[in-house]
Amino acid sequence: MKYWLALILTLQGVLSSYAGEAIPLAEDPVVEQRMIAISEELRCLVCQNESLAGSRADLAMDLRRELRTLVKANKSDAEIMEYMVSRYGDFVRYRPPMKPLTWMLWFGPFLLLIGALFFLVRVVRRQQAGSAAPVLDADQRKKAQSLLKDTELPS
Amino acid sequence: MNKKALIPLGIFAVLVVFLAIGLTRDPHEIPSPFIGKPSPAFTAPKLHSPEQTFSGKDMLGKVWILNTWASWCVACRQEHPILMEFAKTKTIPVIGLDYKDQNTEGLKWLARFGDPYDLSITDQDGRIGIDFGVYGVPESFLIDKMGIIRYKQIGPVTVEALRDKILPMVRELQK
Repeated sequence: MKYWLALILTLQGVLSSYAGEAIPLAEDPVVEQRMIAISEELRCLVCQNESLAGSRADLAMDLRRELRTLVKANKSDAEIMEYMVSRYGDFVRYRPPMKPLTWMLWFGPFLLLIGALFFLVRVVRRQQAGSAAPVLDADQRKKAQSLLKDTELPS
Repeated sequence: MNKKALIPLGIFAVLVVFLAIGLTRDPHEIPSPFIGKPSPAFTAPKLHSPEQTFSGKDMLGKVWILNTWASWCVACRQEHPILMEFAKTKTIPVIGLDYKDQNTEGLKWLARFGDPYDLSITDQDGRIGIDFGVYGVPESFLIDKMGIIRYKQIGPVTVEALRDKILPMVRELQK
C-alpha cells in the first residue's frame, strides 16, 4: 500500500511536471491577437487537421514565432500569407485561392448539383408525360367496352 | 437488359477509380512549391567548426543534395545507411543540415553512425528549415548547378527513390 502511494505520488510529480513547455507570452497583446487571427487561417503541416494557431507541434511554435516577427515588422496580411504559401504551397491555407488549378474544387460541387437537377427534371418530365398518354386508343377502348358489356360485373 | 440500368454502375466504377487513386497517395506528402525555383539563400555555421560559415552560394556550379537530419530524428536512422552507401560512390556532394539540434548531440550522432556528409551545417532555431519549407525531418533537396531546386524527397531517401528518381535526374543535370 505504501509503495502504491509512493508510486502514485511519484507519477503525479512526473505527470504534472510534464505540462508542456511554457508558451512565451507576447509582450504585446495586439501583436499576439493579429498573429492568432492569421494563424487560424493556416494549417499546421505536422498535424494537418489542426490550425497553426491551435497546434502544439514544434514546427507550429516556430512558425508562430516567425509570424510574430512578421506582424511586429508591420507586414500586411497578404505579405504574411505570401511568406507561408511561398514555403509550403497553397495547402497551408484553409481557404484555397481561386485559380485554374482549384477551379474544380470551387465549382465542382455546383457542377454536380446542376447535373443532378437536370437529371431530376428529365426524369420527372418523362414520368408526367407517361401518365398523361392515353393507355388505349379509340379502337381498343370500343373493343374493351364491348367485352365488358357481355360480362356480368360483380356488384 | 436496359442500358440505362448500367449508368449507376458506371458512376460507381468512376468513383471507385478516384477513391483508389486517392488511397495510393500519402496525405503527408505535400508538393513543394520550390521545385523549379531558386533555392532559398542561407548562411549557417558548420557543425564541425562553428566559427566557419557555409552558404548555399558556395555550391553554385555543382549538382548537390541538401539533406536535413537531426540526432533526435528516428526516420533519419532509417535512411542513414543508404546515405552512407551513396557517399561512398562519390556521385555528388551531400550537405547535411542539422535541423533544430544541439551541436554536441549532432556530432555524437555522426560519430556513432558514421558521417555521410561532405559537410554539415547547423540550424538550431529552425529558420533555414522554414525557408526551405521543411515540415518534417528527413527531407532532401536536389539542387542543380544554377542553384535551382529540382527535386524534393519527403521522408527518408529510399533505395528506390535514389535509383529511379534522384540518380537519373543527377545524370541529366550534370550534362
